[in-house]
Amino acid sequence: MSPIHYVALSVILFVIGGVGVLVRRNAIVVFMCIELMLNACNLAFVAFARMHGNLDGQVIAFFVMVVAAAEVVVGLAILMAIFRARRSASVDDANLLKY
Amino acid sequence: MTTLHTVAATGALKLSWLLLAFPLFGAVVLLLGGRRTNRWGHLLGVAMPVAAFVYGMIAFFTLLGDTDRSQDQHLYSWIPVAGLQVNMNLLVDQLSICFVLLITGVGSLIIIYSVGYMSHDRDRRRFFGYMNLFLAAMLLLVLGDNYLVLYVGWEGVGLASYLLIGFWQYKPSAAVAAKKAFIVNRVGDAGLTLAIFLMFAEFGTVSFSGVFGSVKSGGSGVATALGLLLLLGACGKSAQVPLQSWLLDAMEGPTPVSALIHAATMVTAGVYLLVRSNPILAVTPDARLAVVLVGTVTLLFGGIIACAKDDIKKSLAGSTMSQIGYMTLGAGLGPAGYVFAIALLLAHGFFKAGLFLGAGSVMHGMNDEVNMRRYGGLGRVMPITSVTFGLAYLAIIGIPPFSGFFTKDPIIGADFSEHGAAGKVLGTLALIGAGITAFYMTRMIFMTWYGKRRWEPEAHPHESPAVMTWPMIVLAIGSVGAGAFLILNDRLQKFLAPVVGVPPTSEGVFSTAGLVALAFALVGVALAWVMYGRVPVPAVAPRGRPLTVAARKDLYGDAFNESVLMRPGQWLTRLSVFFDNRGVDGLVNTLAAAVGGTSGRVRKLQTGFVRSYALSMFFGAAVLVALLLVVRL
Repeated sequence: MSPIHYVALSVILFVIGGVGVLVRRNAIVVFMCIELMLNACNLAFVAFARMHGNLDGQVIAFFVMVVAAAEVVVGLAILMAIFRARRSASVDDANLLKY
Repeated sequence: MTTLHTVAATGALKLSWLLLAFPLFGAVVLLLGGRRTNRWGHLLGVAMPVAAFVYGMIAFFTLLGDTDRSQDQHLYSWIPVAGLQVNMNLLVDQLSICFVLLITGVGSLIIIYSVGYMSHDRDRRRFFGYMNLFLAAMLLLVLGDNYLVLYVGWEGVGLASYLLIGFWQYKPSAAVAAKKAFIVNRVGDAGLTLAIFLMFAEFGTVSFSGVFGSVKSGGSGVATALGLLLLLGACGKSAQVPLQSWLLDAMEGPTPVSALIHAATMVTAGVYLLVRSNPILAVTPDARLAVVLVGTVTLLFGGIIACAKDDIKKSLAGSTMSQIGYMTLGAGLGPAGYVFAIALLLAHGFFKAGLFLGAGSVMHGMNDEVNMRRYGGLGRVMPITSVTFGLAYLAIIGIPPFSGFFTKDPIIGADFSEHGAAGKVLGTLALIGAGITAFYMTRMIFMTWYGKRRWEPEAHPHESPAVMTWPMIVLAIGSVGAGAFLILNDRLQKFLAPVVGVPPTSEGVFSTAGLVALAFALVGVALAWVMYGRVPVPAVAPRGRPLTVAARKDLYGDAFNESVLMRPGQWLTRLSVFFDNRGVDGLVNTLAAAVGGTSGRVRKLQTGFVRSYALSMFFGAAVLVALLLVVRL
């Protein structure tokens, strides 16, 4: 089995996510793009685990999912707090912490 | 040339610490007692020096009756460390007892006089406290049996003189004069300090007996260095050229202070140091020559200044410089001169104290006027002062049988017989000095006591109270008799012989040099009469010839110090301040400014836009990955 297709899909998903993080202003969308990048990584991990025939990559994928879930909890809470305070979910509006 | 042999103190001399304890007790009580001692403070201030004098007399007669006249009393071990043992010992021998009697005797008379002189001063108690401190320090100076204890007294004298010269510190001139005296003295003190260091380094001891015992084997280089350093110390305390400038300004203090500084304490300390260190000087003819030169220059220098001053106290101060110059000259002549230096010092203690107290008495009656051109004709209104002043005058110019004749002229005589051709030149200069002395003293007499009354309109001169006149009378008796008493039958010479050695030859009292000096003195008197006695003295000083103008400005001593020492010193400080500001501070400040400026620019990158941070992270990660790939390949 050749992993090349899986890796290609993973790269496409990762780039979409990365570009989304860089160009989108809406914090929810930026968040979703980060999830996309994480899942692109998961795809690559699982694909390589399958290729090598061991479970290491799959275990790592589970770890990533757990971390992503925790991150979503904290991140969404922060987002809610910011939205309540400023009536906006734009990441560019939250720029007070600077020089 | 003798070395010091001492025995442990016995009998009455076991209590020699009392000499120090009396005035020190007075000083402590008066200075710490506060206002509650105001009422009786001056009485204690008088009683303590008198008590010390009485004990000094007892000690003196005990010494006279004793065969071993050099007694050392061990008080306690001061610095007991390996390699250096310094004991707090008091040395009562022939030399120190002479000084003790002079200091406490003349000091007591001056302090009694101060009761009258300072009676209207607000701070009379403080004054008597300082005077007692002065006497205590001076007694410690002459009684210490090693150079370190001497040094403590030496510094104590410097401190007390600072406090007393600046006693009226609300006058800026007095405050400046006090500072000047202290600072100039510090220069001399540096010489003494270095001498003590050198003794410790070379001989491992600072005690008189230890140093004198090993100085002969220490090589002439060390002895010459020691002699010159001690001379520097003596120059500071005794106001010898080139450290003379403080003495004339020191007249800012109350007149009894001037009398005490000039007659009994302070300026005599340098002569004491030189005479006490005679075993060191004996080894080094070079240092002795330097001492003689300093003495000769100073005796002329002081005399010339005294001739031009219209301020009676400053004129007397110049006279002191000149007389101390004679003593230094005597101390530089070796065994031929030590005895006469000490004799002149003791006689000078009497007549100079008498002159100063007389001047103080005149000032007391003349609303503190010091300008002799505003005196004149005071002989009638102040008979006692004028007679005592006159007797002291006859003593200082060396008219026989007054004390100056017996004590000063032998120094001139000894000068001629020493040092070959140089001695002839220096002796001639000393003779001229005798003429100058007679001139300025006669000038002072004519300007003060004779002639027309040139007083300020509000002046009402009157004779001083008995508490001031009696000390002057006693001092006048001393001025008349001290010289003859000390010199005739070689009394002082025999007494001091164990400490300073015996003069090689004694020419007798009426030596050729003495008679020539007398002739010079008479010429000086005649000249002064022609200039100030025969013609009326103008109340405002005429412009004067160049030498007079120079002498009025202390022969440019201050100008010299200012241009040679002070200005370059200021330049040096300015240079170092400049270097500090621009060099050291500049380096540090530039570095700090560079860091600050750079970070000020760099921090603009912190925009607060999360997406730009993400972009930079993205590029950073991309670059890292690319680099990893490059390295792998």
